Parts: sequence; structure tokens; C-alpha cells
Amino acid sequence: MLFSLHFIKTCAKLDVGVVLLSTHRLLWRDQKNHECCICIPLSQIIFFEEQAAGIGKSAKIVIHLHAAPANKDPGPYQHSKFSYIKLSFKEHGQIEFYRRLTEEMTQKRWENTPVSQPIDTTAGPKAGRTRAVGIVGIERKLEEKRKETDKNISEAFEDLSKLMEKAKEMVELSRSIANKIKDKQGDITEDETIRFKSYLLSMGIANPVTRETHGSGTHYHMQLAKQLGDMLQAPLEERGGMMALTEVYCLVNRARGMELLSPEDLVNACKMFESLKLPLRLRVFDSGVMVVQLQSHSEEEMIASALDNVSDKGSLTAEEFAKLLGLSVLLAKERLLLAEKMGHLCRDDSVEGLRFYPNLF
Amino acid sequence: MSFEWPWQYNFPPFFTLQPNVDTRQKQLAAWCSLVLSYFRHRKLYTVDVLEAQESPVFNNKKIERKLSVEAIQVVFEELRKKGNLEWMDKNKTRCLIMWRRPEEWGKLIYQWVSKNGMVNSVFTLYELSNGDDTENEEFHGLEDWMLLRSLQALQTEGKAEIITMDDGKGVKFF
Repeated sequence: MLFSLHFIKTCAKLDVGVVLLSTHRLLWRDQKNHECCICIPLSQIIFFEEQAAGIGKSAKIVIHLHAAPANKDPGPYQHSKFSYIKLSFKEHGQIEFYRRLTEEMTQKRWENTPVSQPIDTTAGPKAGRTRAVGIVGIERKLEEKRKETDKNISEAFEDLSKLMEKAKEMVELSRSIANKIKDKQGDITEDETIRFKSYLLSMGIANPVTRETHGSGTHYHMQLAKQLGDMLQAPLEERGGMMALTEVYCLVNRARGMELLSPEDLVNACKMFESLKLPLRLRVFDSGVMVVQLQSHSEEEMIASALDNVSDKGSLTAEEFAKLLGLSVLLAKERLLLAEKMGHLCRDDSVEGLRFYPNLF
Repeated sequence: MSFEWPWQYNFPPFFTLQPNVDTRQKQLAAWCSLVLSYFRHRKLYTVDVLEAQESPVFNNKKIERKLSVEAIQVVFEELRKKGNLEWMDKNKTRCLIMWRRPEEWGKLIYQWVSKNGMVNSVFTLYELSNGDDTENEEFHGLEDWMLLRSLQALQTEGKAEIITMDDGKGVKFF
């Protein structure tokens, strides 16, 4: 392939030579002077086009180039006004050359391999090889993105698992402190231990020590229990000696106004009624309903009177019974169920609802 | 003679399966005896479970109460345990109510046979259930399968032997 390098309006002495195309660069060697060799890395080529031959004109390929990099090796011209070169094919070869050049430019093979070009390396392939090359490139990009996301997620959760470990440590620490305090019993009073445990409780760390020694309980709950004992006497008597725990909760919190009780605190306080010898009891029915009742409240009496009521009326539903006694429907139902369990009543379950009859069986 | 319903029949809770164990036992006992006496009265022997719900036994229109299908199954199971019921199929859709157990029938038949001094003679099944001689007997009109069952019971006791003849079965008493 013979061609001459055209540098328009220059004093080019580059005339006839051979152009060589490799996967990485374009070389021109002077035909006469083999020492004269110019190369352009293919990566420098922005764009190239054909110029058809005409009368008096030979076919040309115009190659537009990037600006020369700063560390360019010395060439025939240090710089030029023009950003393109023209390869003029005096004899044939232009079509073939164009085709080959197109091929090389599409494949951009110089990007694939880490080329240690002695002549030019800067505009070569980036480190990491993340430049897209067709479908393979796209796939690679997706893979990279996925890995990135993965890394981010595991980093984020790392923090969470670290937090959990810390929490575990904290609980261990508090537990060991509580034990140490307990051991040093001589100096530290029971009260202080209890206070410390209540701090922990308020922080939300359920201290197993507190739970184990629940019989003695925390000071707070004990005080609360006593307060409830005083407060609930009157309402209980009004309501026939029994109140559902939910009713108690509402009543107590409404009365307090501020510093409301949490359900757990209420239940824990109620559980202490017996040990504190208060005249109230917390009672749990089979169905799970919890009530507070007066100690003087006798269940047998209640059932006997329930039986009387039912026999009087022939049969009763829970609602009717509740209305009769001025109880809440929930408690009325519990009482009827209890009577049934004892065998005093039997049930009639139909589309009309659940009714209770005296047990005539 | 119309059937006399027991007091429970008009007691609404009777139609609800009681949760209390003791109460339930009493309830089921009452149901069993009701079913058996009703079937005996009407001389019925088979029941289809789905139809049972509409039968007056399980459905008291007057008080608008009826036994649920589950409860009927429970009653039937109770009867089966007592030996008064047998399922005709695996899916438990039809059953035989033996308000008198085969052994009891067998005993009655054998009593009649020996009373009339007809031991060692052969009878066809038809003779026993529909013959003129047996007209006053309780087992007159007994359904074939029930008759067969009772004779089989006698056979195990060694008091009879079932013989297969040209046009049916027969039995010889010892």
C-alpha cells in the first residue's frame, strides 16, 4: 500500500511510503528512508472518512485525530494547526485499507490488552478495564454494579450486627454489675440494688435477676400495688367485686392524669397483691381474661346466684345476664362459663346466639 | 301408637354439643337411647347421614333446633362404640342402626325355635322373617341383612349353621 501523507499547507517532506495498520496503531514508513517512521495510536483517531478519487485526485482517507497528548514523543511536527491527516492512495488499496481500519476501530482491540507501548501509553486502556465493549462490556458493567451494591449492603448490615453485639455486651455488663452489687450486699442495701434494677428496667433491658426474684419485685411495683389497693376498693364494690383489668387500666390512668402506667407495670403490680396481703386479687380465667377482684369475693356465691338468676328466667344470654347484674358483658359471660364448667349450667348454641340454661341433664 | 319423645327432646340445649365433659356424657347417652328407641318404634334400620339432619329425631321443628352434622357424627360414633351401629361404607355416609344387637336377635330366634321344638330342622330365611308361624314374633319382618347377622351370631355360638341353597340361604338349628 503506497500512499503519501498529506499535511495540507505544510512543508511536508513526507511523500511516498507505506502505511501499516496494527491492532494498536497506524504506522507510516518512508519508502526511501526506512528509518523514518511515524506512528499514530489508533486511540487517537476520533473519526475517519473516505474521499473518493476524482479526475486528477487520488482516493484519500481522512483521519481526524484527538489533540496530541502532552507527553507525545517527538514527531515530524510538534504541533499542527490541523486536527486531521490525509492518507492519499496513489495506487489502489484504499478500499481494503478503509475496511481494515474500520474493523480495527470497531474492535478497539488496543483497549483489551494492557499494551506496554514503548511509544505511547497515555491514551491507552484505562486501569480496571471497565470501558464498555459491546454486550460483554454491558454485562461486565452490570456485574460490577451488582458487586458494588452487595458490598454496600453488607457494609450497612455490618453496622447493625455490630450494634447488636454492643447491645449484648451491654446486657452482659449490666447483669454482671447487678450481680456484683448483690454480692457486695454488706455495704449496699437491698434498696439500692432494687433501684439499679429499676433503672435497667426503665431502659428496656429486661434484667433476668429481677424476673427471677420476682417474688420480692421492684420497689416501684410494690408501691404501685399499694396505691392500687387503696384506689380500687370503692370502684370494685360498686361493680360487684370484680373488674376486668382493662377497666382498671382505664380507670387508674384517667385518675392519674400524668405519669401514666404502662400495661406491664399494671400487671406486675397486680401480681403482687397476694404477697403484699392486700385485699385484692388478680385472677385469670381460662379464656385468658384477667380481672381484679376483691378478696372477699366468693366464687361459689357468685355461681349460685348466677344459677338462681338463670333458673328464674328459664334461660339467659350473656347480654341479658350482664344487664340484670349491672356487670360488663365480658364478666357476665365469664361467670356463666364458669357456672357451665362447674356443671350448673348448660348451653344452647344456635343461630339466635348463645344461651345458658340450668343443667337438667 | 305415636312415639313418645323424651323430655330432652324439647330442651334446646339438647341440640348443642355440650363442652362440659360430664354434661356431654349424659347428653350423648340420652341421644343414643332416643335414636335407638325411635328406630325401634318405626322399625327403621338404615340411615343416610345427610338425610338424617331432616329426620324428626335430629330436627325438632317445634323448638326450631336441630343437631349439627358434626354432632350427628358424634352421636353415631357413640352408638358404634356401643355396638348398635355399623357403617355401610368407608365414607361414613350410610349406616345400619341395630336397635337390637344381632346377638339379641339371635337369642330371640333361638328361643322361638326351641320353644316350638324345631331344633334340628332347617328353615329358609324367608320362613323365619316372613313365615306365617313367626307372625307374632318380634323378629317377624326383620330385614334380611339383620336376620343374617343374627344367625351368624348364633353360628359363632354353635347353635346354628347357615346353609346355602339353590334359591337362597337357609339355616339349621342345633
